[in-house]
Amino acid sequence: MTFFRELTDKPWLTEYVPLELTETKAESNELPAKTALKFFLVVVTVLFVLFTITFLSRSQANDFQALSGEPWLPFTDASQLWINTTILLFAGVCMQLTVFFLKKEQINRFILLISCGCLLSCLFIFGQINVWQQLYYAGFALTENPANSYFYLLTGIHGLHIIGGVLALSYVVFQFWLKNNKKRLLDNLTLCTVYWHYLFVVWLFLFALLTGNTATYKSIALFCGF
Amino acid sequence: MTQTTHTAIADQVDDSHHPQSFISKYIWSQDHKVIAIQYSITAIGVGLVALVLSGMMRLQLGFPDQFSFIDPSSYLQFVTMHGMIMVIYLLTALLLGGFGNYLIPLMIGARDMVFPYLNMLSYWTYLLAVIVLLASFFVSGGPTGAGWTLYPPQAILNGTPGADNGIVFMLISLAIFIVAFTMGGLNYVTTILQARAKGMTLMRMPLTVWGIFVATILGLLAFPALLVSAIMMLFDKLVGTSFFMPAILSLGENIDYKGGSPILFQHLFWFFGHPEVYIVALPAFGMVSDVIATHARKNIFGYRMMVWAIIAIGGLSFVVWAHHMYVSGMNPYFGFFFATTTLIIAVPTAIKVYNWLLTLWQGNIHLTIPMLFAIGFIFTFTHGGLTGLMLGNVVVDLPLSDTYFVVAHFHMVMGVSPVMVLFAAIYHWFPKVSGKFLHTGLGKVHFWGTFLGTYAIYLPMHYLGFLGVPRRYYAMGTTDFIPESAQALNASITISAIIVGVIQLVFVFNVIWSVFKGKKAGDNPWNSTTLEWQTSQTPPVHGNWGPSLPVVHRWAYDFSVPGVKDDFIPQNVHPDQVIMLEKEDGAEMVKGAENEEGMQNNKSGDIT
Repeated sequence: MTFFRELTDKPWLTEYVPLELTETKAESNELPAKTALKFFLVVVTVLFVLFTITFLSRSQANDFQALSGEPWLPFTDASQLWINTTILLFAGVCMQLTVFFLKKEQINRFILLISCGCLLSCLFIFGQINVWQQLYYAGFALTENPANSYFYLLTGIHGLHIIGGVLALSYVVFQFWLKNNKKRLLDNLTLCTVYWHYLFVVWLFLFALLTGNTATYKSIALFCGF
Repeated sequence: MTQTTHTAIADQVDDSHHPQSFISKYIWSQDHKVIAIQYSITAIGVGLVALVLSGMMRLQLGFPDQFSFIDPSSYLQFVTMHGMIMVIYLLTALLLGGFGNYLIPLMIGARDMVFPYLNMLSYWTYLLAVIVLLASFFVSGGPTGAGWTLYPPQAILNGTPGADNGIVFMLISLAIFIVAFTMGGLNYVTTILQARAKGMTLMRMPLTVWGIFVATILGLLAFPALLVSAIMMLFDKLVGTSFFMPAILSLGENIDYKGGSPILFQHLFWFFGHPEVYIVALPAFGMVSDVIATHARKNIFGYRMMVWAIIAIGGLSFVVWAHHMYVSGMNPYFGFFFATTTLIIAVPTAIKVYNWLLTLWQGNIHLTIPMLFAIGFIFTFTHGGLTGLMLGNVVVDLPLSDTYFVVAHFHMVMGVSPVMVLFAAIYHWFPKVSGKFLHTGLGKVHFWGTFLGTYAIYLPMHYLGFLGVPRRYYAMGTTDFIPESAQALNASITISAIIVGVIQLVFVFNVIWSVFKGKKAGDNPWNSTTLEWQTSQTPPVHGNWGPSLPVVHRWAYDFSVPGVKDDFIPQNVHPDQVIMLEKEDGAEMVKGAENEEGMQNNKSGDIT
């Protein structure tokens, strides 16, 4: 709450001026990249929330056909998506362990796990593309129905964020290879891990949203006042 | 996650590598000042294109059918591109990318942005967005003519100019711009939160930094709405989805869309669009506060109220968007809610206007060029703001919607006013950027021409709106309810607009001439208190501050402090170093904290 406390400051008054505090100590010692990541995650959250609102609004139109709820609909049995979810979960676990082993200076395990983290993330992307293919061949093409459109669109945008994460991770490792700064590597890997966990939570949310049935959408929309 | 401690940025040793080659210094530069100048030149360049476009559309309106190169399609394209370029690619980019980049690190006492590389990337991505946008002039069918709001379904249907390629280029360009803004925006907020000099508490920051800070947060939260709408409309256009497109019969044929909601697009667009007004206005509010305080030699009246007003406006700006949609067919009950919030947001805005006036009250006003523009801003902003209150009410808005009254309103409040501040800011900070003053005589011609000229344009436009002249029409033709004399008014507006446009060339000439031949300015020509004027070199070199960062000892507005020799005390002057007035017998008064206390008490009566 420091931010809000500071807003009540009156530095122009006599009784203010805690000189020792403000003029010898710099403002913050949080890693700048951590602050930036927090803001970035807020931005991404806003992006997905807005997509979700449009989804819920669009789901109330008559032509909207949910992707689960009836035996012939593709996500009544969402086992392929559950497999992908598990893969992404393990990618996050690997990232967490990467940080753990880097701290313990167990370099071999660190290299093994960071490679696993990257590979599993890529595998998740391929898994999602596989789901796209299955949907397409089952007759649920992109333009057939708004529910399909949203599925392709939202999983695509989530996938792009994962790919962005893998690129950022590669950049972090590349920087370490160039400059050999272990503390910086640890800081940046910690932030990457937070990003992976965040994207996992976003995926769980999207999973639940996109595989709901018509009755669910109706009740959510009713609850939200659409 | 374990807590690791890091050295605060203000405590770090300067280990930055100063670029040597021309390319790393001026082209692929990571220096915030160079990036700011790159942003500014690009934004002003593309803004001049938009100015020419507005001249073309005014020619058609003032003298219909006299110019063969303006047909109805190109007229709509000029309107659209003029609007979008001015709002996004000029104002947002110049205020945040230009002034934000230049002023944030200097005003808070930092060496640079916290992520210089990202900052550089932000500019080059912005440039790419501008290139893609301008490229749409050269694709077949030309740029989009859908109006700057790009409403579906017409934006992507045949019959609208640029519906094949222009709209695609526009949407892609917007998406690229948003990526650029996000990179820049993350940099600005992190820099302000993390890289402030010692002693620079939040409430000691100049209002310029406050304005830019809150505007950046608004941008980070609002631009995703535009991105979402741009992506979904691109899908509708390119892939054939029906996010926004309803079932439609176009030119006698059934089109392959069904079930989409155009109003959903409008909600998304204005959820971005209204905060966008404040993304432009808040930095302008901040900068004009600093210009007024400096040139009136008086502390800003009600600093804390000003900060809270900025934050309140920022928050409220997210709950007023549907006042742009009273006639859209949305639920009529929404109108009541949004009219109420619109009236509420006028309160903190009015507080700011009163505080500027009360800062001028009994100030030692210097009518310098920046001050002329700042005072001009108070006029134009008040006029534009008051018509905003009228339009914010549903019953008044309904008959006036889509008339010239609306055009006049938003040009006064969002066009002329921020531009007045931009000019005030350019005349004010140009001596720091270049080391030279802009020419005063040319500046006066520029100010009076612009100020009176814009009134000559927009005051009659309000009247045309009352008459019911609709906006975006290529030509009125014969219309019973509009008298023929309206055309005479339109012609006079066009002549004024051309004069104002030409006068901007005086400004461009002034800038170029002054860079080479201008009067030398010195480090602190306006006797300002804020940190950017306290650098040891002008223009500041890479790293800004030399070996050690400044330490801040006071707030940003110690002007005309009683008992002090000079009429200003820079933020980095230690209380012991303040030079006091000598007593009549020649003995110097006691220096230091005791006197400070007396001064502060005296001042605090004004402020709290």
